[in-house]
Amino acid sequence: MADAFLANGKRPEPARQAWRWMRANLFGGVFSSIATLLAVYLIARAGWALADWAVIHAVWSAPDGRACIAASGGKGACWAFLGYWARFILFGRYPYAEQWRPLVVVVLFVALLLASCARRLLGWRIAVLWLAGIAINLVLMAGGVAGLEPVGTDRWSGLPLTLILAIVGLALAFPLAIVLALARRSSMPAVRALAVAYIELVRGVPLITVLFMASVMLPLFLPAGVTVNNLLRAQLGFVLFYAAYLAEVVRGGLQAIPKGQEEAADALGLGFGRKMALVILPQALKIAIPPLVNVLIAGFKDTTLVTIIGLFDLMSTAANAITDPRWRGFYPEAYAFVAVIYFAFCFFMSRYSQALERSLAGGRR
Amino acid sequence: MNGGDRPAMIELRHVHKWYGAYHALNDISLTVGRGERVVVCGPSGSGKSTMIRCINRLETHEAGEIVVDGNALTGDLKQVEAIRREVGMVFQHFNLFPHLTVLDNLTLAPIWVRRMRRKEAEELAMHFLERVHIPEQAAKYPGQLSGGQQQRVAIARALCMRPQVMLFDEPTSALDPEMIKEVLDVMVALAEEGMTMICVTHEMGFARTVADMMVFMDAGEIVERAPPAQFFAAPESDRTRIFLSRILGH
Repeated sequence: MADAFLANGKRPEPARQAWRWMRANLFGGVFSSIATLLAVYLIARAGWALADWAVIHAVWSAPDGRACIAASGGKGACWAFLGYWARFILFGRYPYAEQWRPLVVVVLFVALLLASCARRLLGWRIAVLWLAGIAINLVLMAGGVAGLEPVGTDRWSGLPLTLILAIVGLALAFPLAIVLALARRSSMPAVRALAVAYIELVRGVPLITVLFMASVMLPLFLPAGVTVNNLLRAQLGFVLFYAAYLAEVVRGGLQAIPKGQEEAADALGLGFGRKMALVILPQALKIAIPPLVNVLIAGFKDTTLVTIIGLFDLMSTAANAITDPRWRGFYPEAYAFVAVIYFAFCFFMSRYSQALERSLAGGRR
Repeated sequence: MNGGDRPAMIELRHVHKWYGAYHALNDISLTVGRGERVVVCGPSGSGKSTMIRCINRLETHEAGEIVVDGNALTGDLKQVEAIRREVGMVFQHFNLFPHLTVLDNLTLAPIWVRRMRRKEAEELAMHFLERVHIPEQAAKYPGQLSGGQQQRVAIARALCMRPQVMLFDEPTSALDPEMIKEVLDVMVALAEEGMTMICVTHEMGFARTVADMMVFMDAGEIVERAPPAQFFAAPESDRTRIFLSRILGH
């Protein structure tokens, strides 16, 4: 058949090509055909079961958990639960009357993420926007100015807390990581040894341990009477931990830049700072985008570990919501809700990085 | 040395360099006068590149003295950078910055090192792009150009710093044969304008045309130095004679 196409020199029609592809790859033999049918059957069943639970037998409104289960016959999701508890899961213990503030914070963060997609803003403009946005959000959360009621960080919770931990944390970890990566490649042995020791030490320890250290042990080392806010301690631990991981990714990018680039910059008399900022880092970071985003996504999800030191992030608010006696045990609904939120942010980061790689691809042959 | 009648631009006095136990430069002394053109040749591994890379301290020498335009080259970073601003270098593999356009490659150092205004730097860049005959490529990225074009951009990039001296480290060795001439033409024009140049190259036709002095190196030593007429017609050393017969013999 293929020979016939070649013989008359015509490009095969797309529809026939698709059919041929299926015949070749999905039904290429007895075993292949059976495997294909089995896979289709399993996917269809799983999909149907999900649809059955999430939509067909789902209950959308009910006064309490017992009524909800009765209405669905135990066979469907009880989304009514979210009607009562979604707001708590999102904003947690933040004072109820003031919850417009965390809402604005989340909206502003999402707006900044979307603004980052605009090619026109790429570069220093977007960095300035982010810094301004983060500052505004922190002020909005904390209050105490412009007539806003002050709200202690112990009441910060849910999605805004998760976003602040992740965004502020990674934004601070990144410059630190660049410094560490450059230090590890330094020609000065002492600087190099310090960077290696720091990176290896921090990477060799689980994040939970670092968070515990920051939360429990740090106060022991501080002079009596000096206290550091629990959120700040967790944030610090998170920054120090992720700086070590990001440093290795940045170093990988630096390693990929040919030595001639440095020599050319040196020969022009650029000096170390300008050589790095104008020639080496722009190329190294571009190469490092895929592994960088990998670490950023992992870091975003790792903020859930702050539960362990008593911070009330999105995961904890969800876990807390299902302990309500009237709605006890709606795990799938609560965690599905949280999972969708996490997925939306992570998927966005993934797509964003791909778009960024494409838009920076100019000039490379 | 024939730099006697002109003020010395570059002076190497008893320079030594080792890579571990390997003696890469062995008692190198060389004086290059202002406006003088020196062509350095020799078998691979003879230390030619190492020698010129010592002049702008891409390599560090371990003994002896290197003086550029009256300033002795030491480990002092500020001084090294000051000397590098006056010494242009062209590499075998071009080493253009692939993430910048041709124009940005040229204006980078004038703007950030010479503190020139962007507009002024761009005019300067276009002037030199015209000198190397490729002003129409200004908006392209290096990866979109041929090897010969890239090397000409690299020469223009070095010239934009208005250097006192140009160092060429085998500028045509990585080029396809049909592109060598376009690069050599630019270098000849530069020599004719009186630029002080040190070229490591095996292009003997080029050497005959522009060189004031030929230097032959082998095993980290300067074996012979002579004006081109004498160097090609009657080399003194056997090693020079053997080398020349190998590269000119066919």
